[in-house]
Parts: sequence; C-alpha cells; structure tokens
Amino acid sequence: MWEYTDTVKDHFLNPRNAGKIEDADGVGEVGSLACGDALTLYIKVDEGIITDAKFQTFGCASAIASSSALTELLIGKPVEVAEKLTNKDIAEYLGGLPREKMHCSVMGQEALEQAIKNMRGEAPSKAEHSHEGELICECFGIFDEEILRAIKDNDLKSVEDITNFTKAGGGCGKCIDDLDRLLRESTGEGACPTPASGPAFPAQGMTNIQRMHLIESVMDMDIRPTLQADGGNIRLIDIDRETVTVEFMGMCSGCPSSKITLHNLVEAKLREKVDPEIQVKEGQ
Amino acid sequence: MKNIYMDNNATTQVDPAVFDEMKPYFTELYGNPSSMHRFGGQVGVQMKEARQRVADTLNCEPDEIIFTSCGSESDNTAIRSALNAQPKKRHIVTTRVEHPAILSFCKFLEKKEGYEVTYLSTDTSGRLDMEEYKNAIREDTAIISIMWANNETGNIYPIHEMAKIAKERNVIFHTDAVQAVGKIAIDLKETPIDMLSLSGHKLHAPKGVGALYVRKRLPFRPFLIGGHQERSRRAGTENTTGIIALGKACQLAHDNMEIENTEVKALRDKLENGLLATIPDAILNGDKDNRLPNTSNISFGYVEGEAILLMMDQLGICASSGSACTSGSLEPSHVLRSMDVPFTFAHGSIRFSLSRYNTEEEVDFVLESMPKLIENLRKLSPFSAEKEAPDCAVKK
Repeated sequence: MWEYTDTVKDHFLNPRNAGKIEDADGVGEVGSLACGDALTLYIKVDEGIITDAKFQTFGCASAIASSSALTELLIGKPVEVAEKLTNKDIAEYLGGLPREKMHCSVMGQEALEQAIKNMRGEAPSKAEHSHEGELICECFGIFDEEILRAIKDNDLKSVEDITNFTKAGGGCGKCIDDLDRLLRESTGEGACPTPASGPAFPAQGMTNIQRMHLIESVMDMDIRPTLQADGGNIRLIDIDRETVTVEFMGMCSGCPSSKITLHNLVEAKLREKVDPEIQVKEGQ
Repeated sequence: MKNIYMDNNATTQVDPAVFDEMKPYFTELYGNPSSMHRFGGQVGVQMKEARQRVADTLNCEPDEIIFTSCGSESDNTAIRSALNAQPKKRHIVTTRVEHPAILSFCKFLEKKEGYEVTYLSTDTSGRLDMEEYKNAIREDTAIISIMWANNETGNIYPIHEMAKIAKERNVIFHTDAVQAVGKIAIDLKETPIDMLSLSGHKLHAPKGVGALYVRKRLPFRPFLIGGHQERSRRAGTENTTGIIALGKACQLAHDNMEIENTEVKALRDKLENGLLATIPDAILNGDKDNRLPNTSNISFGYVEGEAILLMMDQLGICASSGSACTSGSLEPSHVLRSMDVPFTFAHGSIRFSLSRYNTEEEVDFVLESMPKLIENLRKLSPFSAEKEAPDCAVKK
C-alpha cells in the first residue's frame, strides 16, 4: 500500500475541478491508456489570467490528485506565472508524493505546457512526440529531452529515480544503459569544477602506488561496510589509470541493482575521495 | 467500518481452530523437537502428526513432506535441487504466467547462471498449449515447473496430463500448488508429480510456513545446509507453531473442499455475474470453465485499478489489481499481458478472491457499491468506449 499524504487522499477522493471545459482556450492531452495514465487539461484564459481549469484523468490515486492539484494551482494565475510551474510545485502542493509516483506530477507539468502551447496556437491539443531528440524508452515513448529536464528540475541522482519521475526504463529495461549515460552527462556538467578555481582532488599529485593505496582504503572504509550490511562484498581487480575494475561478491553478485550500486556507491565514492575522473567497471 | 475481505489469494484469515492448535506451542510447549528431553520430544510428536495431516491432504507419504518457511522457498528449493542434482542438464521449462517465486528465479538463472529457459505462452483465456509444451521438452531439460492454479485468474492447468508427459520423457516435474491446495482435489498417488510447493497462509494457516513435497527416491539437493532437521533436507530449527498450524489447516482444507466448490463457488458466481451484468464495459479475465472456485478477475475498462481499489477501500472492501500502479512497476500484470488483454482493460483489472468466511450479505454489498463506484471514476476519465486512445490495443 502506498503512503499517500492526507492532501493526496483528499484530492483523490474529492477531486477539484474534474470535468471538461467545452469552450476551452487551451487543451493539453498527454499520456495514453497504454501507458497506464493519461491526463487531459482544459484552461480558460481571460486577459492573460487563467480563469478556469478542469481535468479528466485516467490513472491511479496520485495521478488524479496531481491533476486536481494542478488545476487548483492554475486558477487565478497569470499565464506567465503558470508557465513556470514545475512538477515539483505540484508534488509540494500535495505534501509530497511517493518517489515511485513522481511521474504523475511530471504528467501534470507536461499537460500544462501542452495546453499553453495549444492556447497560443503553437500546437495541437494532443502531445505528439515530434521531438528532435533521441527516443530513449521505447516502452513508454520517452525522449532524452524529457529525461534531461526531469534530472535537472528534480536534481535526480540515480537511474531508479529517472524511472520514478519519467517512467523511462520501467518497461523492458533495455534503455537502462542509456539512462545511465544521460545521468552522467547531465550530472557531469553540473559537478565539473571549473579548471581555474576548482579545488584539487585528493589524489592529485600522488604517485601510482599512493593512488592505489588510497583507492584500497576508500574501498575498505567507505564502500565495503555498506555492501557487507546487505550481505555482499566487493573485490578490486585492477586499476588502469582512470579505470577501476571491481567484482561484486556475495549477495551483490547477481543483485539486480548491482549496476546502480556500481555507479551510485562505488564510483561516486571513488570520484569524491580519489579522483573525479575515475570510471568503475565490473569485471571477473 | 466492517472489512469485507475478498483478497484470499493474497493471504487468508487464520482459522480459529488452527490458532487454537498452535497456541500452546508458543508459550507452554516451546521445546525444541531435536532435544533429547521429553519436553522437546513431545513437540516432535505433534510435528509428526502435522506431517501426517499434510500428507493425507495430498495423498502421499509423511516423509515425502519437507517443511519450509514459505511457498517461495519451496519453489526455489525445488528448482535448485533439480539443477544441482543434474549438472549436465541446463534447460528449464516453465510458463509466462508463473508466480514471481518461479518466474523471477528462472530469469535470474537465465541471466546470471547461463541456464536456458522456455516460457510457455498462453492464449487469450490464459490456457496453455499442450503441443507447445511437448515440443518444449528437450534432452537437456532439468526440470519442468508449471503452476497448478494461477493466482491472478484462478486458471487451473492440466497438471495431471502434463506430469504424465514429463514422466514419459523422464524429466523432473514440479508444480507450484500454492493456490490449488484446499480448493481442488490433489492426489499424488494418481498424479506423477515429483515436487509440489504449498504455502500455509493461503489456506488459513499463518504466514511463515510452507511445505515442499519431494517424491520418494527423487534425487534431492538441499537449499539450506546446516543441522539435521527435516532429515537433513532443510536445515534450521523447525517453525514448530507454524508447522503444527499448517497440519491443522491442511486437515481443515481437506474437510472444507466441498464447501469451496459449492458455497464459495456460488458466492463467487453471484458476485461475478452481478458485476458483469450491471457494469458496462466489464470483461472477465481467465478460463471461465476451468478455474478455482473462489477467484474472479474482472477488468473495468477506461479506469485504473489502483484508483478502483482505493475507492473500494473507502467502503472496507479488500481486493487486488493487476494494474501497473498497484505493483509498483509501470506495466500491468505479466499474466494479463501474456493473455493479450488490451491495455484499455489490463490497467483496470480487479481480482476478487473469496473464502469460506465470506457471506452473501457481503457479496450483495459489493454488488450494490461497485456500479456507482466505477461510474464515478469513469466520469473523471478522459476515455470511454466512444473515445479510446488509438494505441490502446497495442499488443506486446
């Protein structure tokens, strides 16, 4: 059972502004039955102010509550202000959503964008994926730009979170590697220290032997205890310049989330405590 | 508010007679059956009785029963044992509609240990194809594992026939009978099954106890290694209270099988026929004529399962859904997808699973409440029979 806030429950059981606006100025249709949730948002605009908003939603409790919250957030707001709403505002209005359900708030944001574009005559009501970008998740039809935006807006740190927020990767799982790449690309940009003022990394100026010892000690002090807590372990196989090869052992070997652990724990720690250029890979 | 519990394929109420039977072994008779003193020994005597009762229910020998901690452990043990006992055989036959205790384990074996797995498909009613089954069995097939009854649809599979074919081809046959025991007749003297899994909490015993039947003389490799419990086939101090409860529950299940197939079935049919008659765009999922007597899986088009369940929860009605949102995954149930249930309906599936504790009043209350509830949710939905998303009929 999901832990929904009282506000989510209230908006699900007593949805505000459910229904259609027949003479709407803007309509945004996103999602589909196949995807398991869909939202049609109707807005009425008078002199730049959203005077009315209604929704129709197919989906779970959090999808219905997110739609209801969205309409409440919109009514009375100037379009320029409404335009800046993000999925985070919807989630915050509801007192938070379970992480796995954040994609419901993202759907609200997408419907809003579509409705505003539609109002301005820039787009049809139904969102069509005429994206320039790359189709990443074939199961749910998610493009790279949507994923990159979700990463940026919500400061996402893991592939699992990308799935929670965008659904990408939640089907066959074939695109997990692509999601991982997008995550590195986008977080890489933000985290990269500017060459002039960037602080020196811990292993800077170390000899190979010193660097190797540092990697071993980070593995012992910062990585292994976490894995051992779950009945797993890790073995260092090789260090070749920036590439560190490791093998998961115990419960970690064959753990479906070992890939996530590899990046979020092992690589993250080594980058933080040794060298930000380190790439960790699994070997045997 | 009174609970109307129609989620018995998820778990069941412990029968008061079962609880009475196990109670003293928590507080007074807490001895270890492996001990040399009489205080422990008397618990062993009661465990022996429990083993006999389980064996009687399945019509097998008591020493063919190994007590485990749950259905999943029984399933994992069965497959692992067959693989370890025949290291040269690297192929498994199972179905696309198994419980995750089998399915996820097979996917794991495939991915991490290089085994080959054939997943049998189903038709739109969830039925298996015997020709496909026969063709799937190979020289190097180590084990065939087919569920006796499906937890989501209640579909009953032709285990007798399939086990016979496996025997002819000299392949170990395992069945996950977690949903079947107590609801349909099982006779292991008649049906040449090699291993069978069952779980206590699905038949009015508590959670945390299960059993694995292993046919005499079948090569067996234990999963848990340690002490000599269960004749060294499953180490670990016995869950004495759970085992004693399981024995009682099996005995009661055997005695109540008739009720399941008459009274419970009548209630299920009344519920099902009523819902299908009063709610438009509702369809039945599964093999109507060959199902467990307690299970009904109905899809309500254009609405989503989690939303339905939470609305039902407001009225105290407990059921399950095969929708994506309820499972925490993003795709609807693998069972419904295997049956090619259109997405329009797959996301709105609700499983009602009854027990001998349900009453006609409860069924009437559900029948009164559901039409309005579905109608209200449909009012919120942008879809309807007239306006469907064009890609809703996508088949995977």
